[in-house]
Amino acid sequence: MALPIYATPGQRIWHYTYLAFCVFVLFFLVAPLVAVIPLSFTATPFLNFTPEMLALDPDAFSVRWYKSLFGMCDDVDDSASTMCHNKWMVGAGRSLYYAVISTVLATGLGTLAALGLSSEHMPAKRAIMALMISPLIVPLIITAAGMAFFFARVNLSNTDAGIILAHTILGLPFVVITVTSTLVGFDRGLMRAAANLGGAPAYNFWKIQMPLIAPGMISGALFAFITSFDEIVIILFIGGPDQHTLPRQMWSGIRQEISPTILSAATILVLFSIVLLTTLELLRRRSERLRGMTPQ
Amino acid sequence: MTDNDHLVRFVDIQKSYDGESLVVKNLNLDVAKGEFLTMLGPSGSGKTTCLMMLAGFEPATHGEIYLNERPINRVPPHKRGIGMVFQNYALFPHMTVAENLAFPLEVRHMDKTEREQRVKRALDMVQLGAFGDRRPAQLSGGQQQRVAVARSLVFDPDLVLMDEPLGALDKNLREQMQYEIKHIHENLGLTVVYVTHDQSEALTMSNRIAVFDDGIIQQCAPPEVLYEEPLNAFVAHFIGENNRLLGKVIEDNGDTVKVDIDNDPGTVVANRINVGGVGERTTLSLRPERVTVNPEPGELPNIFSAKAEELIYLGDHIRTRFTVCGHDDFIVKIPNSAVHAHLKEGDTVNIGWNAEDCRALDPSD
Repeated sequence: MALPIYATPGQRIWHYTYLAFCVFVLFFLVAPLVAVIPLSFTATPFLNFTPEMLALDPDAFSVRWYKSLFGMCDDVDDSASTMCHNKWMVGAGRSLYYAVISTVLATGLGTLAALGLSSEHMPAKRAIMALMISPLIVPLIITAAGMAFFFARVNLSNTDAGIILAHTILGLPFVVITVTSTLVGFDRGLMRAAANLGGAPAYNFWKIQMPLIAPGMISGALFAFITSFDEIVIILFIGGPDQHTLPRQMWSGIRQEISPTILSAATILVLFSIVLLTTLELLRRRSERLRGMTPQ
Repeated sequence: MTDNDHLVRFVDIQKSYDGESLVVKNLNLDVAKGEFLTMLGPSGSGKTTCLMMLAGFEPATHGEIYLNERPINRVPPHKRGIGMVFQNYALFPHMTVAENLAFPLEVRHMDKTEREQRVKRALDMVQLGAFGDRRPAQLSGGQQQRVAVARSLVFDPDLVLMDEPLGALDKNLREQMQYEIKHIHENLGLTVVYVTHDQSEALTMSNRIAVFDDGIIQQCAPPEVLYEEPLNAFVAHFIGENNRLLGKVIEDNGDTVKVDIDNDPGTVVANRINVGGVGERTTLSLRPERVTVNPEPGELPNIFSAKAEELIYLGDHIRTRFTVCGHDDFIVKIPNSAVHAHLKEGDTVNIGWNAEDCRALDPSD
């Protein structure tokens, strides 16, 4: 964003103040993430930078917390031996399991809901839409408490099915919103053309409509996945000892056994998120390029 | 012509979207095999609704549509086998041109070699043989239009519907595409139902034109009949340029009527077409090219003094606006040649016309 040559001194001052402000905001957003990364390579079992680390002494760095994270306990000393039950890997596996299944469910159901809500014949659109996105608006603690009472009565407490159901409900609004907004730009004439050319409605949906609304489905699915993957409140309310996810492990880790393992887990999660977002953004751009649109 | 020659018949069709007002009021229309029929009318006249009912996207509120003598009200769009070119082309953006054309063949389970042959033939027909691998967004508007035409024809439908297909193209391209579509229609022996609001497009391409207004076909006739013998004031005004004089019938002579022009002492002898008896109001319709400047006295039944208000030079003719019989918007086309009058603004001359060319029609509002 360059300044036009006719900008007044006042506008110039405002412009640079604005830029400085933006840089500041970005710094505060990114700094905590960046600080975690070197700290996770500490050789000591404490969550702070030692003078040796600041002096860039190679001996002050180690990958021992990563080994502990992945359950390799050989050279971990006694102070961290309690961490060595591989709870991290079990938790990551659980989280992945819940996230994948609830994402698939939320994406499928959310897409269908969005299609129905975009139909011109649908009655009570606004009311249904408001109900569907309410998990985004109602404080999570309320949703979680409500579910805890309800799930206890229908025997879904402390079950994988209960967690998956709850996470699906949390992920659903994202899919509904993103797919609905993609459908706004969808030319319904294409479905008429497909019908006119002889395609039955279901065939036309798979061949024409779904590929074209896929970017909306993908970004909705991504939000649903992240929501489920780092969800902790619901797990604490309705999960039992068997529902031991990664966020739950981090939560109990930071409360009970403060160890830099949590930092290595955080680092890996940050990298994982970056890779996931980049991949999906590249996929989205590719699909838009294939349709001849300029990526935005 | 027997009933068997009709590919499409609309019988007593009515359409209402809200259950109260009728968009199409009691439509009866037959389309012959091999005919190029255009539905022409202003927006909101019901012509596109008729096309959508034929394609199956809108149900008829009342009446029945027959395709090859088979009632099709209960046949869903994808089982009608009618080709269609949409207003915005409706090409599938995520498929290549060849994939777009192959779509109707795939749903018909045609095998791959025949599919490829047909796609190639259809693309060659619209001179896009080399563009099969492109995506629609990589083509110009005219090329996309050709792809849409090719796609509507690739599965050999008997009937092709076109919904204002040339609306988005610039003038030169539009004229070129008019001829191309006309040639395809003639070469393949297709039946085409074409919707447009552009009268020159309708006159250029059609065997017959159905002029729609207010949900009713005002007149359905070949282009030359429509232009030369309009049956009512709407058609006369909508097709081509037209001078209107309003007045009241004062004498009924069978084939002709004598009309007293409003706000003016003049009386005009006119061809009796669509008008009541003495005392009824009427609209007189007269084409600008049927007016003679400086006629011999007694040569024509209607001769009036007129003042040239405005001259517009158009090369082959000079469009002249006269004040005559109290109307100041009377247009005359004076050919640009040595034998015709050369007027200046403000000149007063005599102009005249035949009773036969001046059609006494219904009193429009």
